[in-house]
Amino acid sequence: MFRNQYDTDVTTWSPAGRLFQVEYAMEAVKQGSAAIGLRSKTHVVLACVNKAQSELSSHQRKIFKVDDHIGVAIAGLTADGRVLSRYMRSECINYSFTYESPLPVGRLVVQLADKAQVCTQRSWKRPYGVGLLVAGLDESGAHLYYNCPSGNYFEYQAFAIGSRSQAAKTYLERRFESFNDSSRDELVKDALIAVRETLQGETLKSSICTVAVVGINEDGTNEPFHILDQDAVQKLIDAFEIVKEPATEAPAAAEPEGADGAGASDAAQDPPAPAAADEGAAPMEI
Amino acid sequence: MQRGRSDVEELAEDESGEELLLSSDRSRQAHITSSSSAEASLRLAFAKFQSTVSAHSPMESNQAKPSLLASESDSQRTLSPYVTGTSVVALKYKDGILMAADMGGSYGSTLRYKSMSRMTPVGKHSLLGASGEISDFQEICKYLDELILHDSMWDDGNSLGPKEVHNYLTRVMYNRRNKFDPFWNSLVLGGVKKGEKYLGMVSMIGLSFVDDHVATGFGNHLARPILRDEWREDLSFEDGVKLLEKCMRVLLYRDRSAVNKLQIAKITEEGVTISQPYSLKTFWGFTAFNNPTAGAEGS
Repeated sequence: MFRNQYDTDVTTWSPAGRLFQVEYAMEAVKQGSAAIGLRSKTHVVLACVNKAQSELSSHQRKIFKVDDHIGVAIAGLTADGRVLSRYMRSECINYSFTYESPLPVGRLVVQLADKAQVCTQRSWKRPYGVGLLVAGLDESGAHLYYNCPSGNYFEYQAFAIGSRSQAAKTYLERRFESFNDSSRDELVKDALIAVRETLQGETLKSSICTVAVVGINEDGTNEPFHILDQDAVQKLIDAFEIVKEPATEAPAAAEPEGADGAGASDAAQDPPAPAAADEGAAPMEI
Repeated sequence: MQRGRSDVEELAEDESGEELLLSSDRSRQAHITSSSSAEASLRLAFAKFQSTVSAHSPMESNQAKPSLLASESDSQRTLSPYVTGTSVVALKYKDGILMAADMGGSYGSTLRYKSMSRMTPVGKHSLLGASGEISDFQEICKYLDELILHDSMWDDGNSLGPKEVHNYLTRVMYNRRNKFDPFWNSLVLGGVKKGEKYLGMVSMIGLSFVDDHVATGFGNHLARPILRDEWREDLSFEDGVKLLEKCMRVLLYRDRSAVNKLQIAKITEEGVTISQPYSLKTFWGFTAFNNPTAGAEGS
C-alpha cells in the first residue's frame, strides 16, 4: 500500500533527490561480515571476519591479493567482489606489461569507482553490491581507500565496513591519530582489536579472521601484499592478549594497549589455543 | 582506421586499450600489393619486410612487381624510410645522462635537411633521441605527448619515469613490428628519477636493452668502441661532453650521412637542457683523406 514508487530501477530519482537502488546496494555492504583497514606511513593492514554460510560449509574468502603492491578486503556480495578483484588484477597486469612498473593505487581506485558509477546510470544494469577496502603502495607511499557501490571513493587512515563495523570504527576513531607512526606489528594488533570489537561476544580466534599486510620494510625493500597464515595470526592474538576476559567488559577494551609489553605472560590465553586448533580443521579450509 | 585489418583484430586491439597505437595516418606510406587472400598478402608482406630489413641502403627500392599489386590497395605500410637522421650517442655521467645527435636529415643519400632536432624531452624525467625515419619519430613524439598529458592529468603525485617510458616505447615498437608496419627508428631513452640514472635503447623491431652508454646506427660501430675504452661511471659534465664530441667527430669523418651541426642534451634531476646547435673543429688535411680508396682492392 505504501510501496516505494521510486525504487524499481537505478535511474529513477525520488522527489527527495535519492536513488533508492543505489542506497540498497550500499545496504548490501552492511549485511556482509566486517572488513577493516588501517594504515601507517609505511604499511597498510587489512583484516576481516570470516563467516561460514552454514555449519557444513567453509567460509568465503574476503581478502584478495590484486598485485604485489595492492590487495583488497570486501564486504557485501562476495561474487561481485570477486568480479571486481579480477578486474583490478587485470588492470594491474596490463599496466605492468606496458610500463614495467606497478599501477599507482589511486589510479586503480578511480578506475574501479568509474566502473561502479556506470552501473548507477544505466537502466539495464545493477550497482555492485560490494564495498572494497583497497590497500596499496605506490611512489607517494601507503594508501587505504574505500570504494562504495555508488561509485564514490574515499581515502582513509583507517576504516571499517560490514556488519557491526560501527564498533570497529569507534575503536579506530579513538586511536587513529597514532596510526601514522605505528609500526607494522602495532597496526596488526590494532586491526585484530578492531576485528574483536565487531564480534559481539564471540571469542577472537585465528579461524574466524583473516589478516593481510602490505608495506615498506625498514631497509627500504617492499613487503609484498600477503595474507598472514592462520598460525601466525593465532600467535599474534595470543601474544597481544587481546582476547577479552569474561570478567572485564567493554570499558576495558583499551586495556591491552596499557599492558603493551606484557606479551610474555599468556597463561590466560591457554584455553583459546586448543579451541583454535579444532576450528583450524574446519571443512574445506581455503 | 582504414587499413584492411579484420574486425576481429581491431576488436582485440581495442580491448587491450592500445587503440592509440593504431591511429596513424602517414602520407609517405607506400602501397603494398597483394594477391587475393589476406593470408597470402601477409606472407608476401613478411617476405618483403625481410628483404627490406636486409637491404643496407635506406633508399633501396623494394617496390613490388606490378603484377603482384593487383588488389588490396588499401593495405599501406612503410617499406623503406624516406628522410632519416643518423647516429645518436648517449652516456651516463656523474649527474645524469648526456646525449648527442647531429641535425642532418638525409633523403636517401642526399643531405637534404640541416636543422632536424632529433632529441626531445619526455615529461619531467626523460629525454628521447631518435635516429632513422624522421616522420616516424614525429609520430612517436605525438604518442608520447599524449601519454605524458594523460599521466599528468591525474595530478596525483605519480609520474612516468624513464623506465616506464622506455618500456612503453618498447611495446609500441614491438607492436608495430608485429603488424609488419614498423616505426623505422632506433630510439635512445635516457633519464633520471629519484636519483636513479637510466639509459636504454629500442630498435625498430622492438629489441630493447639498457646500458651505461649507447649509440645507434653507425655510432654502434664507431662510437661504442671509444666509449668502452674511455667511459667512466664518475665522468664530469665537461669530460662527458668531450667524450661525446670525440665520438661525434669520428662519426663526422667516417659516416657520410653525418653533418657538422650537432646538439648535446643533458638530463639531470633538475630537468632537460638541449644545447644550441654548434659545429666541431675538423681537419681534412690528413693524407689518408686525400685518396681514401688507395690500396683498396680494385682501386
